[in-house]
Amino acid sequence: MTPGSPLLLAASSALTMGQGVRLAYLLAAVLFILGLKQLSSPKSARKGNWTAAVGMVIAIAASLPGLSLSSTKILVILAAVAIGVVVGWFAARKVAMTAIPQMVAAFNGVGGGAAAVVSVSEYLHTAALAPGVVQSFSTVFSVVVGSVSFAGSVIAFMKLQELMRGTPITYPGQRVVNGGILLAIVAGAAYLIGIHTSIPVLIGALVLAVVLGFGFVLPIGGADMPVVISMLNAFTGLAVAASGFVLGNTGLIVGGTLVGASGTLLTMMMSDAMGRSLGNVLFAAVGKVVAGAGGDAESSEGKNYRSGSAEDIGVLLAYSNKVIIVPGYGLAVAQAQHAARELATVLEKRGVEVAYAIHPVAGRMPGHMNVLLAEADVPYDQLKEMDAINDEFRSTDVVLVVGANDVVNPAARESKSSPIYGMPILNADQARNIIFLKRSMRPGFAGIDNALMYDPKTTMLFGDAKDSLTKLVAAVKAA
Amino acid sequence: MSNTLIEYITTFVLAAFVGFEVISKVPTILHTPLMSGSNAIHGVILVGALAIAARANGPLEITLGFLAVVLATINVIGGFVVTDRMLEMFKARPSSPAGKDGQQ
Repeated sequence: MTPGSPLLLAASSALTMGQGVRLAYLLAAVLFILGLKQLSSPKSARKGNWTAAVGMVIAIAASLPGLSLSSTKILVILAAVAIGVVVGWFAARKVAMTAIPQMVAAFNGVGGGAAAVVSVSEYLHTAALAPGVVQSFSTVFSVVVGSVSFAGSVIAFMKLQELMRGTPITYPGQRVVNGGILLAIVAGAAYLIGIHTSIPVLIGALVLAVVLGFGFVLPIGGADMPVVISMLNAFTGLAVAASGFVLGNTGLIVGGTLVGASGTLLTMMMSDAMGRSLGNVLFAAVGKVVAGAGGDAESSEGKNYRSGSAEDIGVLLAYSNKVIIVPGYGLAVAQAQHAARELATVLEKRGVEVAYAIHPVAGRMPGHMNVLLAEADVPYDQLKEMDAINDEFRSTDVVLVVGANDVVNPAARESKSSPIYGMPILNADQARNIIFLKRSMRPGFAGIDNALMYDPKTTMLFGDAKDSLTKLVAAVKAA
Repeated sequence: MSNTLIEYITTFVLAAFVGFEVISKVPTILHTPLMSGSNAIHGVILVGALAIAARANGPLEITLGFLAVVLATINVIGGFVVTDRMLEMFKARPSSPAGKDGQQ
């Protein structure tokens, strides 16, 4: 390691890596870009993931010859890699399909943590050399943003895993507190960037960033978590890119920046799919149960609903011409996708036309429901996206809403005061009969009351989604 | 400002534009896999983690290096494997059994 200013340091390390390594990073970058491109289209998506993985192998392999390793270090690194491989593999392989959103949050969190640790360690290593402005800025940026991403992902994971309340957790003055923490971080950053080398200040900024990451995700409702995870994913990308500036490594800069940019765009696309602005998702605490749709006068208290038996509903289904199933997260939680497919099969045997209407944000992540139903071998051509099926509800005899709620809530269309106003919904209310399979009358994940459940055309079938569907299968067979 | 730094900034800015342009018009069913796949890509921090682990001095830096390599490896392996698992579900099945409400 040549002593000197950090920029010299960066320059010299980049040179000693050799031009071959740089070209390998270029190749890796190309593969990352192709991979992202292929991931954007259903036909090539799976290939795209492997294209990116090959890029990753190339980037890592190219960096190895430049490392000067003692035998102890080799052991330490091999042990670390082994632990990472085993944990990553098992977590990814063994987790239930329903738990995938929180796994993505977890994998994102560890990436953010890694970026922060890398930059802290580099700072410790080179603190004696008085880092320059760019070096200090990049270090603080990657430590702070990586830590926010790590801590935010922890909360997102806990909310989705139901280790803590999924609904927004708010307290008076929350924004002031978070804003204060942010200001303190900025002040610390300014101090460090102004060429004061201080390890304690950097560690202080890290700790505050962790607190900010926790505090910033707490008030966001569980239903909005996918958007938050996507944003934190972009954050981690930027933190990695900043670590690339710190270490003088173009592989990190390109890989991190690609994710930062595409992740930002994806975040906006996801909040668009929910008909909301990103600011509304992040700061509106949507899903606090008190914020009932359409005012308190219309709260669920004292309103009438009708509940029916599986036998009656089975008969209704068996003698329909057309049935649309609207699956939601409740179906996923109850692992009822196989039972739903079975019901569809017995109905089709009787000549009933069956389709699944997939809302863009059904489940807990866009595309989540398609994954689950595909797992249950539901034929791909029965899965209809919202725009493709919304006009068909009018001619549908029965809509079976299985563990979904907000995606069929007419308040999104009609009630300006509703927190979900403007979100595109499935036109389930236009069908002749609506059946809700739900555990209770409790509001859904977003905590918003649904007038459709009190509609005269609606029948409630209470119970676990899987049990109810199994009973319906039996009832249809008996009909 | 050194030439190296300018080169890094150039790389950064161009990569940002490519990142924005490359994923336009993604169908919603692919939002989650795409997020997960790009999540795996930022696992490239493993390259940085290996670098700091390799030249760590003293127990603190070695511990941090070890930690960074563990975290980054989980990010890479978990990220790609879970993405593949999601996309595995989308693989084109041999067209569904005859007569099954097909062709729409």
